[in-house]
This record gives sequence, C-alpha cells and structure tokens, in this order.
Amino acid sequence: MLTRLLSNDFPRSRILAVLLVVLLFALAFAPFLFPGVKALNVAAKILVFIVLVASFDLLLGYTGIVSFAQTMFFGIGAYGIAIASTGMGPGWTAIAVGLVVSLALSFVLALAVGLFSLRVRAIFFSMITLAVAAAFQTLASQLSDITGGEDGLTFKMPEVLSPGFQWAQEPLFGVSLDGRLLCYYLLFVVTLVALLAMLRIVNSPFGRVLQAIRENEFRAEAIGYPVVVYRTTSSVLSALFATVAGALLAIWLRYNGPDTSLSFEVMLDVLLIVVIGGMGTIYGAAVGAGIFVFAQSYLQDLLKLASEATGSLPWLSALLSPDRWLLWLGLLFVLSVYYFPTGVVGRLRALRAGG
Amino acid sequence: MNKFDFDWKPVALVPVLALLVFPFIGSPSTWVTLTVAGLAMGMIIFIIASGLTLVFGLMDVLNFGHGVFIALGAFVATSVLGAMGDYTGSSSLWVNMMAVLPAMVVAMLVAGAVGLAFERFIVRPVYGNHLKQILITMGGMIIGEELIKVIWGPLQIPLPLPEGMRGTIFFGDAGIEKYRLIAVVVGLLVFGALLWVLTRTKIGLLIRAGVQDREMVESLGYRIKMLFIGVFVVGSALAGLGGVMWGLYQQSVVPQMGAQVNVLIFIVLIIGGLGSTSGALIGALLVGLMANYTGFLVPKAALFSNIALMMAILLWRPQGVYALSK
Repeated sequence: MLTRLLSNDFPRSRILAVLLVVLLFALAFAPFLFPGVKALNVAAKILVFIVLVASFDLLLGYTGIVSFAQTMFFGIGAYGIAIASTGMGPGWTAIAVGLVVSLALSFVLALAVGLFSLRVRAIFFSMITLAVAAAFQTLASQLSDITGGEDGLTFKMPEVLSPGFQWAQEPLFGVSLDGRLLCYYLLFVVTLVALLAMLRIVNSPFGRVLQAIRENEFRAEAIGYPVVVYRTTSSVLSALFATVAGALLAIWLRYNGPDTSLSFEVMLDVLLIVVIGGMGTIYGAAVGAGIFVFAQSYLQDLLKLASEATGSLPWLSALLSPDRWLLWLGLLFVLSVYYFPTGVVGRLRALRAGG
Repeated sequence: MNKFDFDWKPVALVPVLALLVFPFIGSPSTWVTLTVAGLAMGMIIFIIASGLTLVFGLMDVLNFGHGVFIALGAFVATSVLGAMGDYTGSSSLWVNMMAVLPAMVVAMLVAGAVGLAFERFIVRPVYGNHLKQILITMGGMIIGEELIKVIWGPLQIPLPLPEGMRGTIFFGDAGIEKYRLIAVVVGLLVFGALLWVLTRTKIGLLIRAGVQDREMVESLGYRIKMLFIGVFVVGSALAGLGGVMWGLYQQSVVPQMGAQVNVLIFIVLIIGGLGSTSGALIGALLVGLMANYTGFLVPKAALFSNIALMMAILLWRPQGVYALSK
C-alpha cells in the first residue's frame, strides 16, 4: 500500500523519513496544533509552495532545464480564480471555470514556448521564458480593467469556504469549525494528491527518460528518445501543476495581485527552495518549502531586530534592513549552489550511504 | 568568410521592416523620427549586447547577470554627472562632453572592475555547467541589484540630459532629438572599434578563432582563459557604457533597469544567434525599430511585439539569423 502510494520511491534516509512524517503530521493538524491566524496562514503558504516548488523541480531537477516562467503559470492559476470569481460572483462554478480556463491557457503557452525554444538549445528555453514572463507581468498590470492592475483583485469564495460559515456549533479542541478550516483541508488534500501524482510521474518510465536526458542529452537522443518531445511534455506538466498551485493560493488568500503571484521575488523563492531542498527529489521540494516558508515568515522579523540593534552603524544597518531581504536570499542562493548543490535531501541520503 | 557568399538576407531585414511599417504610420516625417529613434535605441542595445554574445561564443558562458553592469554604469553616471553640475548646465555641447565623457569612462572602469570580480567569484567556479551557470549568474544579478539599492537607494534617480544635448533638430518636417543622433554616432564609433579589433588585430583574430574552435586555439599555445577574461571585462565595461547611454535616453535610472534591459538583450541575442556579433547588431536594430514603431502604433503591445518578432525569426531560422556553426 505505502509502496504504491509513494511509487516505490522511499525517502532512503531515516532522518529524512522522520522529517517528512513530522511535516505531514504538522500540516495535517496545523489548525489544532498551532492556533492563531498567522500560524494557519504560514501552514497554508507552505502547502501552496510545496506544489509550486515540486512542479518546478520536475523541470529543474528531473529534466535539467531552467525556466523563469514558473511564476507566470502560478500567476495564471491565481488570476484565473480571481477573475472568474470577480466576474461571475462567488461559487463553485466560478472556481471550476477559472481553473479550467487557466489550465488551458497554461497548456497552450507552455507548449508554444517549449516547441519554439527547446528544439534549438535548452539555454534558449531559459532566455525565452524570462522574456515571456516579463512580458506577461507587464500585461497583467496594464490590463487593469480585468486584472485590477497593481492593486490586484479581492474577491469572495463560496460560502462553505468563508470564515463566517459555521458547520458545527461546538468548537473541537478549542478550534471553531468554520469555513476557513474546510478551506485549509481542501488545500491540504489537493497538495497531498498533487505531490503523490508528481512522485508517480517522476518514477514512471517517462520520468526515467527525463532523467536520462538530464544526464546525457545526446545519448538519450541516440537511444531513440525524441528529446524535444520529452522536454516539452515535462515543461507542460510542470506548468499545469504550477497553475494548480496558483489556484490554491488564490482560493486561500481570496486576493490576487502581481506581487503575490507574478513577481520575480516569488521566482527567486522557488529557485532557492528547490536548491535548498535538493534538486531532483520531490521530497526535497516538500522539506525545502516547509523549512523556507517557515524561516521566511519569522526570520524577517529577526532581520528587523538586527537592523534596529545596529542602528549606530548606518552602513551595516542598511545592509540588515528587512527591505534588503532579497540580498541575503541571493547570497544564500549562490552559496547553496556552490557548496550545497544536492540540498538537504542529497546530504541526508549521502550520510546514510557513507555510514 | 568569402566575400561572395556573404549571407545578405538578415541584413535586408532591417530596411524591410522599416519599409513595411511605413504605410501604417502614414506621415513620412513621423516615420523618419521614429526610425532614427529606433536606430538610436538599437545602437545602445547593441553596445550592451555585444559583450554578452562574445562571452557566450568564446566560452559557452551565458551571463544572466549582465544586466547588473548596465544598472551599475548608469548609477555611476548619475554620481559623476551630479558632481559636475557646472559642465552639464552649460548650453555648449562641447562643454557638456567634458562631463559626459568622464562619466562614461568612469562607468566603464567601474563596470569593468566589477566584471573582473564577477568573473572570478561568480562565473569561474561553474565553467562547463550550463544549469549552474544560469542559476549562479542570476543569483549574482540579484545580489548586485540589491547592493546598488544599498549604495544609491531603491528609488528612481533622475538623470537629466546636459543642456546642450537637449532639443530637436528639424530636417524638413521631421524632428529628430539631438541626443538620438549622438547615440547613433557613439554606437557607430563603438561598432567601428569592435569591428576593427575583431577583424584587423591579432587579439581579434584569436577571439574569432576561439569562437569557432576553442581547442584548436588552445593547442596552438594561446591561453584562451586570459583572452576570455579580457573579453568578459570589456563586455562588462561596454554594458556600463550602454547603461550610461540608456540612462540618458530614459533620463532616469532605477535599480531594476538592469533586469528590464536584460530581457531586451536576450531577445536580441536569440534573434541574432548566440555568439554572433553581426547577428547581435541586426537583432538590436530590429528590436529598437520594432519597439519604437509599436510604441507609436499600439503602445501597450511594445514588449509583445518584440517577442512576436523573435518567434517569427525563429520560425525562419531556428538558431537565429547568423548561427554559429557548432
């Protein structure tokens, strides 16, 4: 049963297994274990990022190509829900229509970008995705009649998912059983299913071919696998999962704007999580997202304290200001790629192999 | 290359594009204004892109952090020009030059020096690994952009044109801004210098040979690494120069400008063919013209028109107009 669920891809490290179980347990009972609005928001963000980062890992870690348009697909998913819910009014039909339309759009875009760039060189793909994502970001803020421009869109969800909806009078373990709780568990279930689906994909024969292409493109082509087709399929799949992640984000936040889903900052977060967690391991995405989002949500406060404490040294204080958060992320990113290329999962697995 | 089998089709693209849009614009004087503006923008983009394409051709290194040097050059220029108010305030073009030239030189020196460090600490450890190169140089770009914000602040800084470079010259009905003419002249000078170095000097010969076959040049006893570092530094310095010109063109600088221009540069390189200098020139001119024409006709579609242009070119020649035979 477990073998089937995990597609015969076990953590292969005792510490990693413990980490994953702790993460699963913490996320499954987050509303009861960590009461409070902020804690629940952090848990939901972790769930969304697990899907987003795993979808990116499908491309970066398993196929070995770098896309800078992952946030574009993430944004398409979020805007799909936002625009449909604003235009059609809150309801399940709006969610369904928004999701289907955005999935279709992501499919077409990913296919077009993949076919245009991947038939030449994988490096073209990175450049073209960067250009297309920049253009899309401009478009999203220009079409302010539809997308709300820089302000974004605030909208309502079906009543069942809204905080005002109480489906039991008595609170359970001190937690009121409202729509927000249902919404959280909706996210949890979708994330779990998506993660297991991706695990299934990378451990299928198709996933093996992707890894073969990553290791040696020329050889894979020579054995008879059409590299372009496999790479494009992988980029389309990755785009679709990212779209789902975007939809989850919009459902949870009941708001979407360029900064929450489209900005380059989100892209950097995703890159960093994949590297920290471990490229080419779906588990790395889960562990990385958990650690990173948690750290991000609480470390920025710490940075603020440090900045205030060093107020007497203006230069150091400017470096430590929370506005310079990206600087430290960038440094961390470069250092991780150099000294920590296999990430948490890779290190843990090496630990077991070594001892 | 034999003179007689020179591939002229891509060169013809530039006038063809200019003539094709003529009926849509209608008025000849507007068309002339837009075309000159497009060529000026194209020349600036070419200055920035030339270093990047050579670096890629020589060492197969694609520097996603190239944009940082653009922003750095522009910000250095704001400091230098700001300190030379007496010269920029004068209405004489030659006195203005006394301020702009040092600004350009300082910007190039700073960008070149940072380029040297960038090559040493960011790029060198990841030779031969495209995946890591893309990730690392992108990381370097973010760090650079944030450091610029620490030094100059995160806000937009105005970079006004010196007095003597403002204003418009009229040829008949067609008004052409003075600065655009200056940009075209500087662009042509840089292009001429590059062409001269690449085709008439020994260093240029080695660079071109290295682009074509690195191992062969190495086996003849030349240290291509040194050559490469040189090209990287010059490329960064040129990006700094381009940044100064871009900043003066926009009359303001923001820390994010590097990333914005980077997108244009990538479109140019893809159109031109990675590693090709003449391809980069044609790509830059096409992108500059396209941006100005669509900016006039359908302002909202400016960036998309360039992507559409890129897609069209890729349909015609998947490797870019001048592909390196590798």
